[in-house]
Amino acid sequence: MLRKAWITTIIMAVVGCWGGHLNRSLFAAEADKSSPTTDPIEFNRDIRPLLSERCFRCHGPDSNAREAELRLDHREEALKTAIVPGKPDTSELIARITSDDSDVRMPPAGAAKPLTDSEVALIVKWIEQGAPYQDHWSFLPLVRPQIPAIGNRTGISNDIDVFIRHRLQRTELTANPPADRRTLIRRLSFDLLGLPPTPEEVEQFVGDRRRDAYEHLVNRLLASPHFGERMAVHWLDLVRYADTVGYHGDQPISVWPYRDYVIQAFNRNLPFDEFTREQLAGDLLPNRSTEQLIASGYNRLNMMTAEGGAQPSEYLAKYAADRVRTTSTVWLGITLGCAECHDHKFDPFSTRDFYSFAAFFADIEEKGFYGGAHVTGDWGPKITVPSAAQQAELNGFAARISAAQKRLKEQSAELDDEQSVWEKKSRGVHVDWVPLTPKSAKSTGDINLQILDDGSVLSTGGTVRQAEYTLELEAPFDRVTAIRIEALADDRLPKGGPGRAENGNFVLQQVTLKSQNKAIPLDASYASFSQSKFGVASAIDNDPKTGWAVLPQIGESQIAVFRAAQSIPRVGDKSVPLTLHLVQKHGTTHLLGRFRISVTGIDDPVRMTRLADDRIQTILGTSPNERNAEQKEALSKLFRDLSPLLNKTRAQIASLQQQRDTLQKRLPTTLVTTAVKPRTMRILPRGNWMDNSGEIVQSAAPKYLAELSSFGDAKSRVELANWLTSRDNPLVARAFVNRLWRVYFGTGLSKTLDDLGAQGEWPSHPELLDWLAVEFIESGWDVKHIVEQIVTSATYRQSSDTTELHRQRDPYNRLLARQSRFRLDAEYIRDNALAISGLLETTLGGPSCKPYQPSGYYAQLNFPKRVYKADDGPSQYRRGLYMHWQRTFLHPMLASFDAPSREECTAERPRSNTPLAALVMLNDPTFVEAARVFAERILSESSDSTNRRLEFAFREALSRDPQPAERELLMGLLERQQEHFERKPEAANELLETGQRPVDSMHQSAELAAWTTVARAILNLHETITRY
Amino acid sequence: MAIATDIRTWQNRRTFLVNSAGGVGSLALASLLGAPGAKAQSPESQALSSWKGAVSQLHFPQRCKRVIHLYMAGGPSHLETLDPKPKLAELHGQPMPESMTKGQPIAQLQGKELKCFAPQFPFKKFGKSGQEICSEFPQIGSIADHICIIRSLHTEQINHDPAHTFMNTGTSISGRPSMGSWLLYGLGSETNELPGFVVLTSVGKGGQAQPISSRQWHNGFLPSNFQGVPFKASGDPVSYVKGPAGVASRGQRDLVDTINGLNRIHNQDIDDPEIATRIAQYEMAFRMQTSVPELMDVSGEPKHVFEMYGAQAGDGTFASNCLLARRLAERGVRFIQVYHRAWDHHGGIKRAIGITAQEVDQATAALIRDLDQRGMLDDTLIIWGGEFGRTPMAQGTGRDHHIRGFSMFLAGGGIRPGTSYGATDELGYAAAEDKVHVHDLHATMLQLFGIDHKRMTYRFQGRDFRLTDVHGNVIQNILA
Repeated sequence: MLRKAWITTIIMAVVGCWGGHLNRSLFAAEADKSSPTTDPIEFNRDIRPLLSERCFRCHGPDSNAREAELRLDHREEALKTAIVPGKPDTSELIARITSDDSDVRMPPAGAAKPLTDSEVALIVKWIEQGAPYQDHWSFLPLVRPQIPAIGNRTGISNDIDVFIRHRLQRTELTANPPADRRTLIRRLSFDLLGLPPTPEEVEQFVGDRRRDAYEHLVNRLLASPHFGERMAVHWLDLVRYADTVGYHGDQPISVWPYRDYVIQAFNRNLPFDEFTREQLAGDLLPNRSTEQLIASGYNRLNMMTAEGGAQPSEYLAKYAADRVRTTSTVWLGITLGCAECHDHKFDPFSTRDFYSFAAFFADIEEKGFYGGAHVTGDWGPKITVPSAAQQAELNGFAARISAAQKRLKEQSAELDDEQSVWEKKSRGVHVDWVPLTPKSAKSTGDINLQILDDGSVLSTGGTVRQAEYTLELEAPFDRVTAIRIEALADDRLPKGGPGRAENGNFVLQQVTLKSQNKAIPLDASYASFSQSKFGVASAIDNDPKTGWAVLPQIGESQIAVFRAAQSIPRVGDKSVPLTLHLVQKHGTTHLLGRFRISVTGIDDPVRMTRLADDRIQTILGTSPNERNAEQKEALSKLFRDLSPLLNKTRAQIASLQQQRDTLQKRLPTTLVTTAVKPRTMRILPRGNWMDNSGEIVQSAAPKYLAELSSFGDAKSRVELANWLTSRDNPLVARAFVNRLWRVYFGTGLSKTLDDLGAQGEWPSHPELLDWLAVEFIESGWDVKHIVEQIVTSATYRQSSDTTELHRQRDPYNRLLARQSRFRLDAEYIRDNALAISGLLETTLGGPSCKPYQPSGYYAQLNFPKRVYKADDGPSQYRRGLYMHWQRTFLHPMLASFDAPSREECTAERPRSNTPLAALVMLNDPTFVEAARVFAERILSESSDSTNRRLEFAFREALSRDPQPAERELLMGLLERQQEHFERKPEAANELLETGQRPVDSMHQSAELAAWTTVARAILNLHETITRY
Repeated sequence: MAIATDIRTWQNRRTFLVNSAGGVGSLALASLLGAPGAKAQSPESQALSSWKGAVSQLHFPQRCKRVIHLYMAGGPSHLETLDPKPKLAELHGQPMPESMTKGQPIAQLQGKELKCFAPQFPFKKFGKSGQEICSEFPQIGSIADHICIIRSLHTEQINHDPAHTFMNTGTSISGRPSMGSWLLYGLGSETNELPGFVVLTSVGKGGQAQPISSRQWHNGFLPSNFQGVPFKASGDPVSYVKGPAGVASRGQRDLVDTINGLNRIHNQDIDDPEIATRIAQYEMAFRMQTSVPELMDVSGEPKHVFEMYGAQAGDGTFASNCLLARRLAERGVRFIQVYHRAWDHHGGIKRAIGITAQEVDQATAALIRDLDQRGMLDDTLIIWGGEFGRTPMAQGTGRDHHIRGFSMFLAGGGIRPGTSYGATDELGYAAAEDKVHVHDLHATMLQLFGIDHKRMTYRFQGRDFRLTDVHGNVIQNILA
């Protein structure tokens, strides 16, 4: 009884203070004029946030942390012991949260977040109303909501406005009138392109008398190639696109073609479901295009390490966890990453869900530890991405090489005669190869070399990444002109050898020969067989990345011959001492398994070896009439390979091939996904990578979500992508449109862009969010359509004028009775200054660029040490999104304006206002140079009057004319500065010479310097970097 | 809690601070909102007063006001600095007991034979306290009675990069705030002419300079106002702190005044508190253009001070940076991190320690003595140590990375002087007594500032994050 009375008191108290400090969606409560006590309690809006914050930690989804076997996130469970619907006074939950006994009271004493009286009252009321639960709002099926009925449709542009007005009706606020056209075109240009409008564009729009002038403007901007750039920035934050690996030495990687893919995808309005599929699984799609393979680079954007001592399995676990965090946030807007070590505390996700989700990516070819990559630049699978011009050049080479090769095969009487002479001379040629038994044979690493009775060497021992064999030999000759390596098949080797890799192969990167410590250059080679792209010549090209291999001729012996550039003389009157190094660093024990070394002293050893080949001698020994076609072909080929008559053609082919190879090495590359046999994925207990006791899991969507949306047994990344963008996935469309909303209004409909789970914010307009999400899906995931819907709404177009009432009732502008004002993002602050000055280089895509950067900014980097060299020429002035993104030391201009390091997925950038940012605007040479070039334009493009010049400058920078007070301030500055620089001409010149762009000599230094200062003032204005 | 209440207070004041996890508005602005009775001041002057911190009411008495973290990056060997192990010398060259090492994380020694490697220098007892310190560090020995040696630290990450991230942020996942950023967030700074969190770096001759990352002083998900700002010995000390060539201070002043004047005119039209903040930031930026060069100009320091530190003006050495750290501390900077980057001694550790000790020993002692003489040691916390320790096992003539046991010393603000705490086992392998995790170190540091590490949180991705994650115990026994 006592308790009941107490509860009543509380309810009374709450009714009294409802509009005050009750935490029922902060943004809205104060604005409402209706009495919410008459509204039914809505579990998701009113109760779930309370329970999630105060109770779920111990009475929620995490089975390991659950106390007293009580679950409050689940109605059935809660009703077992804690809640009696309709009867708060017999509900144990209420007894506990209202008890005076500190041993009984919940949340327990010392809990960081006790329930307030009003919150208790709310729970009481909810139980009185029957304690209805709802699934969490973002997990509910997406159903297109009814458009609410509103009386007055004046000023409504589309359905978005109806939702917004409907909500506003419950407040004292009414929608602002439309913004003026100058503001509108600026807003729209910044929001859709990230660039300011030109004065001509402003004038055109302001003077456009068409009724649908605004729609024309929207269409023009949506069709602009800069739209994709604007959209890409946010996406690149999410997927953590950067130009370096992030860990330790933070070395460069090339993956910018992926960035360009994103830009193009938004520009050609690639449906979001396809965009999803191409990034997650572009490599697995049937008949996949190069574009789709580039898109699959998404899976390779995680941080990587080449730090010595890093354990591969530890880092594979880190990369896997990173992918789960990123992919679940990017698409689902959930924090699945929280379930790495324990079940999620607030949402129905288990550790099994975490590792099952990671398993989707277990087939991605990668290494945990990219040892040596700081030297080789080898960060896993990549493809070359030639530009159109480069592709044309490559095609040209291919055509010319093929034409020359055809000439090599052409018949002629002269060649036929020559060949028959040659055949006679060649018959019976024999090369005396003398096998040498090594005096010693050693290897680096955990490898044992055993010298067998026949002088051959057998390699045994552990699994290694690389090894270098060193053999000491002695040739009992006057001289040595070549060595021969026989790679011998042997049943003791995997698949019969001759290599030790699992597939029987080896890769011999480098053969070096020394005699008495003197290096003997090797200048020609021949092999009985070479694997495609693993030619024998690459064993003596001094390139550690290339080598000789023999796949698929496994289980067979092969020979390779290497000619000494000059014959090696004997020492004294005895023999020729030789030291042979065989470097093999392909990885996974790609070593020679059994091999034998022989030498010869004849002249022209490579050519003679080819002639002496058993197969050739057999053909030569057969009368020409009896040779079969294949034999004829082989003989003809050898003749044409060797004949002096064809020297020129062969030289031409070699030269063309070399040019082609040089070009090929210069081609841009991009990291891509390649699928291999999936790694075993286990649940790691407490996230501990060293604990192998966890259960093995298969790829699967989080169970709770999979059941909501019929995921079935899908296993591959393609199926993951299909599930994400299936009609019944409740999260993906909501997450995407919610983030889009922030671009156009400054805050998401739910402001927690990275968490739509229980701890995320209940949306300000849940029906609108759902309506947009359904519209997005049903339009065929049409991104431009949703953008167009939003920006053509009256809500978007209204003015951002803010009254005292706005501030009183809706300080964060969540109800949108006005537009929002906010600072431009880092990249657009740069773009804007460059555009105003006229310096902006608008080329789309391409390698990342390096604008001026303070010297020594990379001093803390090592392996290798980094010297930053700012770009010359146009690329100095490219848009901010193309700036080189060094994860551990992001360019200070970007960092000062809150651009993220992109080490982790970032859904939302803060918008700070700091002295460091002011220093950038004041002193960064990019901005100083932009001011000077802007000043040159002010002086050359407007008339001589100071007033006209100021008008010109304001129209360029702010799309408006200066007010008298503004003119006065700037004229004062101009006069003082001009006087100053006239007295100090050398100072004027120093200022003007900031930056690479040559100074326009047309202008007087003092005048230009003074105007540069005026231009600096204008570029620094709050208004210049703010979108209204 | 205190923080949540504060934020709600601001919200109830119907102000324009964009709230925490969402778009974060300016902090200067935030301070404008938080301070009671702020209405008396103009918005701009309110914005100019520095951020007072999210912890409006301290949870404990404050014992110190600032940190100087002497960060020995690369992983100093505890066995050649602060942790004497005679038993290890006895077992030199013998195999390490497998019972100790089996199943434990290991870096470059993976798969190699693990043999004991004797400490390369004798240890000596110093001061009245008789603290044992390696003989190569006699100057640190000379202040032994001021310091508290912790010999039982352990951490979770065995490679430099994630270990640095862990030591600074309490996790190896990127994107979380560093401890200096947390302190600034919680307490604000005592200067508005310099950044509240400053980073100084130097390399050395005794080991390869492992890279470090701005992640180590990053604000993570906190607003960028709380980032550490690196100061450089050469070039502009702070990025963009120098005006353009040809523009003297007067000209820059004129420019800033004009910009602020124009912004004020604009603000009359649209009345946006963000503009008042912008004006204040430009004012602060201009002040920094003066105060930073003034800070870096050590020509006013007497000769005996240079001699005490073993520094020469502007040479960029650790010794110079120690002197700058003192000057920063005097000016109210909250967190000063002084990196020495040459402690990664995989090989030739004897020679390397000899060289590194020369670079570090005297200046470390000088800084502590200097602060003491100025009466500042009482409220300045000194932390001396690296991201992990090194193996008792040989890696050739050096030692590999080691995370199971290592040492640090603390001194000053609220730390019990002349003592040691905790111990490793007899071979210096694992922390054995009174183990101190990195989280415990963080919790203790916050406690000294009067902050309960469990109660300073920040909402991000739907969760209340803190420096110590869900861990951390204050090391009560080292508090004075």
